[in-house]
Amino acid sequence: MNPIIRGGRPIEILLVEDSVNEAELTMDVLRNGRVRNRVHWVEDGEEAMAFLRREDRHTAAPHPDLILLDLHMPRMNGLEVLAEIKQHPHWKRIPVVIMTNSEDEKDILSAYDRHANCYITKPIDMDKFMEAVRSIEDFWLSIVHLPAA
Amino acid sequence: MPHDRENTLVEILLVEDCQDEAELMIEALKEGTLSNRVTIVDDGEQALAYLRREGEYAATATPHLILLDLHLPRLNGHEVLAEIKKDALLRLIPVVVLTSSDNEKDFLDAYDLHANCCVSKPLDQEQFARTVRKIEQFWLRLVRCV
Repeated sequence: MNPIIRGGRPIEILLVEDSVNEAELTMDVLRNGRVRNRVHWVEDGEEAMAFLRREDRHTAAPHPDLILLDLHMPRMNGLEVLAEIKQHPHWKRIPVVIMTNSEDEKDILSAYDRHANCYITKPIDMDKFMEAVRSIEDFWLSIVHLPAA
Repeated sequence: MPHDRENTLVEILLVEDCQDEAELMIEALKEGTLSNRVTIVDDGEQALAYLRREGEYAATATPHLILLDLHLPRLNGHEVLAEIKKDALLRLIPVVVLTSSDNEKDFLDAYDLHANCCVSKPLDQEQFARTVRKIEQFWLRLVRCV
């Protein structure tokens, strides 16, 4: 959505990613994006749920406008997190972009079956990885009309 | 984008009752990097008949992507979306809602019904074409679909 319509507030992105490297790369790209945003990084599924529920250290967490979700993570995996989000009366409208290393057809099917908004496989090559994040940023933050929080 | 798609014809279902806009979108899609075949249906009932392969649509291919207008005659876009996303097989197809609506509730309802994304149609023709190309690039080249 146009940031002007949002009253100038930054777009809040929840990044759920257990790889420190990939999380840092993703945040780097988003920080340099054209649309003002704030990334909140959590490292596993349980922490993602705590963020959404505003539990523990997340009592001041904002309602995310967009969620970038890895699938294979310790503790609660991405498909479980996705199912919880998409069954919840208020969270289900938040777009969830699956970002994963898995090319497994079964994961793709399961993700769309649980109403993932889109499924993207992370390129292994660093430059291509950053390009993919830039495409996500460009599409979801500039072209898409995100749901109003 | 999945590499195996390089050599296949991408099927796009365009559900749009405004002929001018449909033509503009088809033109923009022609410039896409992948060869695609766009099928247009101009109301919601036809869209569902196409997807369910009913009547004259018995031999149609399952689309890789659906571009869905919201304000449609007969069944409206929200109703079509609800039917698609209730169906265990059809729900796997990405649905991009494209609308001229400026009513926030239309967007929220579409997201609640599990639209894959919603995009406002720009009024300016050139910008509209650019937006359609961005949708094509993102969904057909980067996103993995079933």
